[in-house]
Amino acid sequence: MPRDELQSGDPGRRFDYAAAFTAGLLDPDRAPPDAVSGPNGKAAVKRYAVYRNNVTVSLIDALAASFPATLRITGPDFFRAMARFHVRETPPTSPLLFEYGRDFADFIERYEYAKSMPWLADVARMERAWLDAYHAADAEPLASGALASIPPERLADTVFVPHPATRAIRSLYPVATIFAANRSDGPVGRIEAGGPEDALVTRPGLEVVVRHLPPGGAAFLDRLMAGELLGAAATAAFAERAEFDLSANIAGLLQAGAFTAAHQGE
Amino acid sequence: MNGLAIHPASRMSKTSRFPAHPVAGLAGTSFKHEHLHAILGDDPKDGFFEVHAENYMGAGGPPHDALTKIRRDYPVSLHGVCMSIGGSRPLDKAHLGRFKALVDRYEPALVSEHLAWSTHDTTYYNDLLPLPYTQATVSRVADHIDEVQGTIGRPILLENPSTYVLFPESTMSETDFIRELVRRTGCGLLLDVNNVFISATNHRYSALSYLADFPLDHVGEIHLAGHAEQEDDEGDLLLIDSHDGPVADAVWKLFDIVIGRCGPLPTLIEWDSDIPDWPVLKAEAAAAQAILDHHAGSYYISGKAHAAG
Repeated sequence: MPRDELQSGDPGRRFDYAAAFTAGLLDPDRAPPDAVSGPNGKAAVKRYAVYRNNVTVSLIDALAASFPATLRITGPDFFRAMARFHVRETPPTSPLLFEYGRDFADFIERYEYAKSMPWLADVARMERAWLDAYHAADAEPLASGALASIPPERLADTVFVPHPATRAIRSLYPVATIFAANRSDGPVGRIEAGGPEDALVTRPGLEVVVRHLPPGGAAFLDRLMAGELLGAAATAAFAERAEFDLSANIAGLLQAGAFTAAHQGE
Repeated sequence: MNGLAIHPASRMSKTSRFPAHPVAGLAGTSFKHEHLHAILGDDPKDGFFEVHAENYMGAGGPPHDALTKIRRDYPVSLHGVCMSIGGSRPLDKAHLGRFKALVDRYEPALVSEHLAWSTHDTTYYNDLLPLPYTQATVSRVADHIDEVQGTIGRPILLENPSTYVLFPESTMSETDFIRELVRRTGCGLLLDVNNVFISATNHRYSALSYLADFPLDHVGEIHLAGHAEQEDDEGDLLLIDSHDGPVADAVWKLFDIVIGRCGPLPTLIEWDSDIPDWPVLKAEAAAAQAILDHHAGSYYISGKAHAAG
């Protein structure tokens, strides 16, 4: 007999209080499980609802804490309604709440009531990258002058090791400008930018930094993060944007602390 | 009493990365990141701090930097919230590994977890959920505690839950269940006095009777917190373990009784939501410290002091 069948026949699983208890935790239309009651025959509808409320509200709160700019843009009522749908559809699978919300941007993209804010999902992607950078492993960034020791004729064969916090965000919308305006405490004001923006997120020390990437910069960084040679990454960036400025991009990435090491590739 | 549950400073000092700050007889608070700057400016550096282990399970960044700074100056209590020790499935080995790494890294004075569960199959519910008290569940929970203690190499303090429902299938009282876990695993206990008051109110029994049945000799830490009031289906009072305000008068009174019986135990003020400015939280800990100090005098004079002092 296969092992699975043996286990499912285990009498210990027949009265699984946890399975019974969780069945209605994310579904407000379900009655409380038969397995629970109040004292002395008291009902357990409102009592069970305390758990249901704790689960849903605390997970919405967790998303609100991880996506503060998204919340500020939509306002709390819109955000919490949207987050409630997401929590019920995709509850966390890890007990680490700072890992929760990896699917939230994709959900926002599909969310009917957010269709009038087509850039909102990219703001959420940016916030997810920010949180990843915040919790990423600490590492000393490569110094700005580190490439000086590499002979110019070998520069094209250089491979960069990305900092554990480094992320590239690409958007058809001015995501970095919208993000910056909504993550500070000041008034947001009118956002003048209208075109696509790409951004670098990293954390060279304790502060997460967000930088606009110049034309072709995201293609360049994506290739470098994938371990491609500098020459190949630059070729890809030029192919995407003819105005790609190689030396300015390298200087900008080094200055932001996007890498931890550089070495000669094969 | 439970000399094992409070990690002896002398055992830590051999390979220690941090000073072996003793925690005995101190009042402390939850550590909240927004208080870091104010705390670092405090002098003298009294008390201790408790952190939720899961918040420090990222690879790096500001959380670890903050906890390292706190741990240099203070005893730290590592409080696990989502090990799911009371769950019906095996423990999450990856999570247990992360927990052990934190114990090794920060050398906490106290390590605790909950008699509750929060993960089932692949879903994490982010709440402390209740379990029935039966021979089957006591065996499973004892196995889980053994596994945690075996992995981290030291005993834990197990916290009594606050609950809103009962399981008619339960065949043991909560205090009998907890006493049996102590007997089987050698774990210590974290007595949450607010939880005692909440559960007693919600399930219409006497908090004093619960405390009379509770194995107080094995308590290594006390929790105090604020609660909120709601109504059950019959319109009667239902208390909610909200941790969003000051400790209630009734809970202070129970705390005073417990400390009168046990002597001064490390006591933590939990405040996890609507978090006040640091001086407000610090004043709440000072109120607990005054009760601990008041009993410390009479306790030691009467010769009841135990090894944990």
